[in-house]
Amino acid sequence: MGVKRPNRRDFLKRGAALAGGVTLGAAEPVISKATASAQSIEEESQEVPSQDWSSDELVAYGERSLHVKSVREPVNGRPSPDEFGLVFHIGTPLEQQVGAITPSSLFYFGTTRGSIVPTIDPKEHRLMIHGLVDRELTFTMDELKRFPSVTRLHFIECAGNGSSPRRGRLIESHGMTSCAEWTGVLLSTLLKEAGVQDEGTWIVAEGVENVRGASSLPMAKAMDDIIVAYAMNGEPLRPQQGFPLRIVVPGFEGILHVKWLSRIKVVDRFYMTYNDYGHLRQDPDQAALSYQVGPKSVITWPSGGIDLPGAGFYEVRGLAWSGGGVVSRVEVSTDGGENWMDADFRGTPQRMAHTAFSFNWTWDGSEAMLMSRCTDELGQIQPTRAQRKGGLDNSIQPWRVHSNGSVTNGLA
Amino acid sequence: MGSLKLLPVLILLGPVAALAQSPTFGLGRTPSADEVLAADISISPTGMELPAGSGTIEEGALTYRRKCARCHGADGTEGRAPRLVKSSRGSDANPWSYGRILPIRAPYATAVWDYINRGMPLNREGTLTHDEVYSLTAFLLFINDVIPEGTVLDAQSLPMVVMPNRDNWAELPDWKPGMPRLLGYPYRRSLRNTFRIGNHR
Repeated sequence: MGVKRPNRRDFLKRGAALAGGVTLGAAEPVISKATASAQSIEEESQEVPSQDWSSDELVAYGERSLHVKSVREPVNGRPSPDEFGLVFHIGTPLEQQVGAITPSSLFYFGTTRGSIVPTIDPKEHRLMIHGLVDRELTFTMDELKRFPSVTRLHFIECAGNGSSPRRGRLIESHGMTSCAEWTGVLLSTLLKEAGVQDEGTWIVAEGVENVRGASSLPMAKAMDDIIVAYAMNGEPLRPQQGFPLRIVVPGFEGILHVKWLSRIKVVDRFYMTYNDYGHLRQDPDQAALSYQVGPKSVITWPSGGIDLPGAGFYEVRGLAWSGGGVVSRVEVSTDGGENWMDADFRGTPQRMAHTAFSFNWTWDGSEAMLMSRCTDELGQIQPTRAQRKGGLDNSIQPWRVHSNGSVTNGLA
Repeated sequence: MGSLKLLPVLILLGPVAALAQSPTFGLGRTPSADEVLAADISISPTGMELPAGSGTIEEGALTYRRKCARCHGADGTEGRAPRLVKSSRGSDANPWSYGRILPIRAPYATAVWDYINRGMPLNREGTLTHDEVYSLTAFLLFINDVIPEGTVLDAQSLPMVVMPNRDNWAELPDWKPGMPRLLGYPYRRSLRNTFRIGNHR
């Protein structure tokens, strides 16, 4: 202990000097006992530069730099806001994201029913499991948090995402996919607690918001890896992401990931409810493709709208993911698909999660076409636009790099 | 010592308990039958959960005028809210080209009832009575040529309505963990010469 003493004295002096601005909690009670002379404190306090930050930013809930400006934008089809003033789809600025995890504040928001987000008191919130079970059960949030939990990275992507010659920037074609670290209870844990009966082959999951949005999901998926999640990225869910409770259905289309979850009914068939009927298809192949997201990747930087300052070295960056499991390979082409080279993963690929990849590229200044393609652990390969058969658009997105350094949509 | 005496009994009970899948964690409580009934608005395609009540096309037309027309338009085609009348008419029209209006493409009329019941009217969801939901369903199915004049809908007749796509839709595949979306798709290695660049264009 004696060895540390000189350091501690220095610390106390600094603490006293800062006392007018911020509070260094641990040092505070000792300040009155400090033996440093009033004169030495005075001298040092004159050397401390003033701070522009409020204590909320420094202490309570940190904010990003004023110089970092990436923001979400309304995107896709239906005008946002629409005639009723409702915003339907808000995209993530993926071209400014680094790494696999989307910050919670920038996570995309999609809704079938506009921007109406319920305000829910978690103390009052309940999850009911009923239907074809041996024991119907109701849980409080505190009870759900007592169950053994899982923490997993998973992407969620809206079926409204899609490449098009008219969608010139990444946020317009790919902005409605995001990836977070989710924490919650496996739905299988809760269903086993309730005891699913033999006839229980499907579940209906329902939210408590104004329209009580609901989706049907097969029991095999429910017992495999659906998470009843109460947290994302290390803190409670954001209201737009279903606070206080949602399901995460790894690899399945975004609309099925019911938010503000309050009820799970075990049923004996596909119920064709609110979020389901739009997924009905005439063709069996289309029906099969419109459920689980296929292998997909996109180069996020550089992408449409970005200007490269000139020839030279660039790290080409992107994201890859698949509803089928782990991304096993990402290839990049700089010449429009003539030649493909393996990209490097940044971080360890995880099941149904965005996987960051990079590719070292020395641009010679002539026109180039950047493309990426993903292969997943099931051997599924990302199709070209011409090969794509249906479902959420997982086709290869080309970006044209012009000789003046501007980058545009290669489909245009 | 007491626990040792119980041992043979526990051994006998063991397999029985396993069959009954006893709860592991013992958390949560059992909701009352009333609580479940109040919360459960799901409607099976069989109509199993449909509540008591009934409605006619005429009643539906009146309710529509009072509670729906302001957003969906007087005739269901020219409102600020989505169109409610199919876009292609005639007996041989393909139901899949009707457009994304109410759940007209769903194979069961229960989907229409469910949508109106949980989703309408905007911002006043849950305020329609069961009779109003039956009558609005009747009115909307009538103006889309699904049911004839004089039809009364209730818990018995609604599931019997034959929707245009009753036998014209694809079942979802029997999903299994680790299953590709579609066997043989996407294609293996045949991805060359998709986009040309520069002067090669």
